[in-house]
Amino acid sequence: MTWRRDWSRVRAIVWKDLVTERRSKAGFSSVTALGVTILVLFGFALGPDAQVLRDAAAGALWLAALFAGVLAFSRSYQVELESGALEQLLQYPGSRWTIYVGKLLSNLIFVGLMLVIVIVTAIILFQVRIPATWPSLVAILVLGVVGVVVLGTFYAGMASRIRAREVLLPLLLFPMLVPVLLAAMSASKALLTGDLMHEASAWTRLLIAYDMIFLVATLLAFEHVIEA
Amino acid sequence: MDVQSELAVDARGIARRFGPKWVLRGVSLAVHPGEVVGLLGENGSGKTTLLRILSTLLRPSAGTVSVFGRDIAIAGSEVRDDVSFLAHTPGLYDDLTALENLRFAAEMAGGSSVDLRDLIERVGLARVADERVRGFSSGMQRRLALARMILRRPRLLLLDEPYSNLDSDGTVLMNSVISEAKRTGSAAIIVLHELAPAAGILDRTVTIVDGRVMGPSLSSGSRPKSAAGGIA
Repeated sequence: MTWRRDWSRVRAIVWKDLVTERRSKAGFSSVTALGVTILVLFGFALGPDAQVLRDAAAGALWLAALFAGVLAFSRSYQVELESGALEQLLQYPGSRWTIYVGKLLSNLIFVGLMLVIVIVTAIILFQVRIPATWPSLVAILVLGVVGVVVLGTFYAGMASRIRAREVLLPLLLFPMLVPVLLAAMSASKALLTGDLMHEASAWTRLLIAYDMIFLVATLLAFEHVIEA
Repeated sequence: MDVQSELAVDARGIARRFGPKWVLRGVSLAVHPGEVVGLLGENGSGKTTLLRILSTLLRPSAGTVSVFGRDIAIAGSEVRDDVSFLAHTPGLYDDLTALENLRFAAEMAGGSSVDLRDLIERVGLARVADERVRGFSSGMQRRLALARMILRRPRLLLLDEPYSNLDSDGTVLMNSVISEAKRTGSAAIIVLHELAPAAGILDRTVTIVDGRVMGPSLSSGSRPKSAAGGIA
């Protein structure tokens, strides 16, 4: 059956990405270190005022996730480019969208794990009080990460076919991520500060809409952008 | 079945440009099942670009290509079922073992009926099957890429300078793989800089000069010549 074959290809890519990452070790530690460093720098810049730190926590967290994420997305295709493996991947029979979905899932796991460490650091550094509505906060974090990873994986794939990929990836990706980050940041901040204006649900709906639109659009477009 | 659908490769008027530079300028080529064609030409003449187009990695700027009767522009995914491309770079993962690289390739190809340990033994890498590719020499990587190429028994082999980095045993192995594929009706196009390593297996050669085929290239009416008689 075609879908079983496609699913087996997706699983193979996730397995390969996670095994190579676990063995090389360089990627996860450097990406996580960047995320934590950004948070520490924000902490120093904002000063010792606990309330100021709490107010800035959501913004600092998402910016750390963004910059560390870009490094992770770029690296996920760098592994393919090192010995011509991307061309070999494109040579296998079957639909090429499975490559995108495989990369997307492995990046979700990778960035998700990195974010767990970054979030714990943010809670400690920015003296964040966990709100009673923490399940909603977790849901927003998941939706935000999905949005960032969907676009990041897609544009990293597109940039992998271009010579100046390291420069072009942030230039292509950052403008597209503005709505996702704005929604994720605003919803997280609203929940962390008690959601007095009841705005978190509106931002969350917007985040869900962005995630769905970008997921469908990137799935449809990937085959075309990955071709030389 | 007409002659066109019998052909392993039927390329007509293929042109490809990169920016303002035309690398291929109207190449036509017909290859029958069971035929082994050597592709000769100087560096930059367009040989690798032609193989990349036949393997669906590149789209031609003009012209049409059919592989076993399927147009690569319409049925790229189905064409890839029949084609295996041994590129100049091995396309292996350094942090996976030899066996894991093959297992990954088998999964990506939709499964393989071939026993991977047997295959790895056939290419002479049994003793390093569980070692990471990072420590392999370029010749060993070439052998592993060869094993990956044949694990799904393709009907069309596209080989880009397959003898580079191979020792004499490796050359014999490469020729035996191509000969075996030929016996089962598979076709092969081999990019070569020297005829010597492939002299015993070629049916004919085609020379590309500055993006054009020199001499007769369409052989849709003729069957492959014998290995001895076909070498230019």
